[in-house]
Amino acid sequence: MENKYTLEITDLTVAYDNKPVLWDIDLNIPEGVLMAIVGPNGAGKTTLIKAIQGLVPTAAGRVLVFDKKYSENRGLVGYVPQRGSVDWDFPTSVVDVVKMGTYGTLGWFRRPGKKEENMALEALEKVDMLDFKDRQISKLSGGQQQRVFLARALVQNAEIYLMDEPFQGVDATTEKAIITILKDLRSQGKTLVVVHHDLQTVMEYFDSVALLNIRLIASGKVENVFTASNLHATYGGRVKFLDQEISQNAV
Amino acid sequence: MILHELIFDYTLRNVALGSAMLGIVSGFLGTIVVLKKQSLLGDAMSHAALPGIALAFIIFGTKNMSVLLFGAGITAFIATGLIYLTTKNSKIKFDSSLAIWLSTFFGLGLVLLTIIQRYPNAQQAGLDKFLFGQAAALTQSDVTTMFILGAVSISIVILFWKEIKILIFDPGFGTSLGLKLRIMETVVIALIIIAILIGLQTVGVVLMSSMLIAPAVAARQWTDRFSTMVMLSALFGIAAGISGSVFSSKIAKMPTGPAIIVSISFIVLFSILFSHKYGLITQYFIERRSNRNIKLNRILEGLLNLSVNHDDPYHPHSINVLKFMGYSPGAIRSGLEILNKQGLVEHRGEEEWALTKEGYTEIENNFKRLIP
Amino acid sequence: MQFEILIIAMFVSASCAVLGSFLILRTMAMMSDAISHSVLLGIVIAFFIVSSLSSPLLIVGAGLSGLLTVVMVDLVNKKKFIKKDASIGLVFPLLFSIAIIIISKYAGNIHLDIDSVLLGELAFAPFNRIILDGIDIGPKSLYVMVTLFILNSFFITFFYKELKITTFDKSLSSTLGFRPNFLNLFLMGMVSITCVAAFDVVGSILVIAYMIIPPATAYLLTEKLSYMIVLSVFVGMLSSIAGFILANLINANIAGSISVVCGLFFLITLFLSPGNGIIFNYRDRIRKKWLFSESLLLVHLSNHEGQPDYDDESRIDHLNQHMLWDLKFGEKVVGIALNNGYLLISGQNLVLTDKGRQYVEEIKESTI
Repeated sequence: MENKYTLEITDLTVAYDNKPVLWDIDLNIPEGVLMAIVGPNGAGKTTLIKAIQGLVPTAAGRVLVFDKKYSENRGLVGYVPQRGSVDWDFPTSVVDVVKMGTYGTLGWFRRPGKKEENMALEALEKVDMLDFKDRQISKLSGGQQQRVFLARALVQNAEIYLMDEPFQGVDATTEKAIITILKDLRSQGKTLVVVHHDLQTVMEYFDSVALLNIRLIASGKVENVFTASNLHATYGGRVKFLDQEISQNAV
Repeated sequence: MILHELIFDYTLRNVALGSAMLGIVSGFLGTIVVLKKQSLLGDAMSHAALPGIALAFIIFGTKNMSVLLFGAGITAFIATGLIYLTTKNSKIKFDSSLAIWLSTFFGLGLVLLTIIQRYPNAQQAGLDKFLFGQAAALTQSDVTTMFILGAVSISIVILFWKEIKILIFDPGFGTSLGLKLRIMETVVIALIIIAILIGLQTVGVVLMSSMLIAPAVAARQWTDRFSTMVMLSALFGIAAGISGSVFSSKIAKMPTGPAIIVSISFIVLFSILFSHKYGLITQYFIERRSNRNIKLNRILEGLLNLSVNHDDPYHPHSINVLKFMGYSPGAIRSGLEILNKQGLVEHRGEEEWALTKEGYTEIENNFKRLIP
Repeated sequence: MQFEILIIAMFVSASCAVLGSFLILRTMAMMSDAISHSVLLGIVIAFFIVSSLSSPLLIVGAGLSGLLTVVMVDLVNKKKFIKKDASIGLVFPLLFSIAIIIISKYAGNIHLDIDSVLLGELAFAPFNRIILDGIDIGPKSLYVMVTLFILNSFFITFFYKELKITTFDKSLSSTLGFRPNFLNLFLMGMVSITCVAAFDVVGSILVIAYMIIPPATAYLLTEKLSYMIVLSVFVGMLSSIAGFILANLINANIAGSISVVCGLFFLITLFLSPGNGIIFNYRDRIRKKWLFSESLLLVHLSNHEGQPDYDDESRIDHLNQHMLWDLKFGEKVVGIALNNGYLLISGQNLVLTDKGRQYVEEIKESTI
């Protein structure tokens, strides 16, 4: 039986000042899943996304993307960082930001041209932002900004998408639109790994989940793993107020 | 007349060209630095250049511009290294780090200058011109040097355009694409140093930071595109450079450096107030007009509402009845006069006004516009 | 007379350090750069009003131009797309330029050389031709600086609580009824007055150095605000003495020498301080690294214990694959763990001892 892993994370450890932020993470993610990464604040969720891509130095471990080192296969990985990580006052338009997703393939010295422009427009259409293509990014709402970031990742035409809190601070319509796109990508066989902040919607949106709190508490199919006891182990004592809702949603 | 002098007067020509060169480069690099929120880095670097100039003089015993600038570049680079070292290895923040090394290096520079002063052949008076610049003393070869430096800088920026753009906007994403942004950061720092070397001779150490910041700030008020901002910023830089030089040559006892700064500040002020996109004054008038349109529309609708009681949309009413809308009678009257001119209402009898057919259509159209 | 200069410098450093501690913590360090340049405008205008250099109006004028700077920076900052750092860099060069233009045009045939404006004592050198007596660096400046030190100390003592809370949590302080904006203006006003009073004696560059560097040095040495302030005064005074001696040794400008010494002391502290220093940090880091690597190994083994891949994961010669450690490093870590009794070697593999397992449990407890 084909059990191909698109992403193989082994013994991944990140430490700042010799204090572990991610510890010995073993996570194998198969093709075509929509996986949520959940955990309390400081659990290392964003660090995990960054560490996979080599954006932060790792103390130990390795990451394989389709059986090759990440640095060799980085073209297969698309990235949607947190919205708050950039200054939206930068003078540029929506379509321009999306075109940035093509910079990796262009290499030094080449400029984005007609081909890249069309790719960008296509991506904008998918996220329903085509009408806004020339709008200055400072004039966008939170949900619109998120869609632009998503389009930028789509342009990379990746097989794996890493997303950091794409639903944070976003209006209901945008949230529905994004999850539709994600599910659509999944049906195309893409692998989606999403840092998610809202426990309420885990079961509804995702088929897999990884519970993280510096160490990996559990991972796997959502119906098996998203249990009250696992959540307690992940969130420590802080999950009391969640008990009610969790027992409704979880097994 | 001025144009004639700009071309044929050796001194003025050099000053203007040098200042213009400064303007272009400041515009280019300034845009980068301002958008990266490292505006004052230029201030610190330019202050840190001073000991380098002094050391170059002491070591090589010459006042050859290129030698001195070389020294300036070295210490500016070292200071920048220390600035980053401090922030990366301690809890000291960027702005404090800037202030620390700015004052340390500049103090060192002043110490060296006072030591040089004691040497008999010093002519050190030539060195302190770097404090406030002495654009008036620019020679042709100075300008040529500036031109070469400037051309190189601009070419590099254009060459690495997209890398620089993403370095400023989203370095994390850029790195994930595999772009070598660490290298770009170093390149940008080197370019800022080059800009400062150009500026040292014109506006001097103290005022250089403004040349990196002001043109870019002014430009941002006029455009939402990065490329336009860069070019506009360069244009403003040139304008300030040349006008400052001209003022300084025409007005008695007007030093060039400060004149350039005043020019660019004026451009900034003008941009802040009158830019068609974001100018404060412009926005004030736009809002006033929009408020006025709102008022006019409300008067029209008011007339319509009142007429409901009469089953006749063209039934006239007096101003007193219209007062309920919350505008003063004077405001209503002036509004009605305007509407009258536009043919949307008409005067009936003494103090009575009514909608015209055109007025009625206008209201219909307004409603249509609201529904997409 | 030399000695008097030193005492005055020490009091200047004390006055500056007291305020500078807050400037650093409020990320307003570069405002000291801005204000120390823009006070020149206030002095110039005040001078043209009273035509006297010993008038208290000059200090008032300078204080006002300092406040003007702060107000203008805030105003410009409010404009869309203009950030704080850019605002600072727009305002002070303009004010300074205007001052220089006025001096050039109306203050006679002034040759602004390096001994003016920036080096102090001769801050009024531009006005040299118009003064009747030379500036008396003696008792008068001393009295001024001592008074200033007392004023500044009083200011921060009286408003200590408020300064502390508005520095660390501006919005909270608002809701608690403090007035952060008013206090900020007050603080900047004190900074301006200090700048101009000190300017006269030591020049604007040293003012910046005194305000920022000793407090930064103190910041590296302590976690407590009150200690930081006291320590910064001490460091400032020490720098003054050392700088003074240096200046006399190499026959150089005093203000510049002190600035350099301040920087040197800071650099030394950066490298050596126990908590933050790069060197001590280095040794500490090395020690912690072995500890950490050991625990990494043990946790790794524990995670895979009982799993089918345990055999492979626990092989000594596979360590470099899993842990990204080279052979030598791995051997050393294993050696440490063996020494501590956390591990046993069983053939090709490593096995946790009970003691080791217990240690792992403790580690896990402590990280959640």
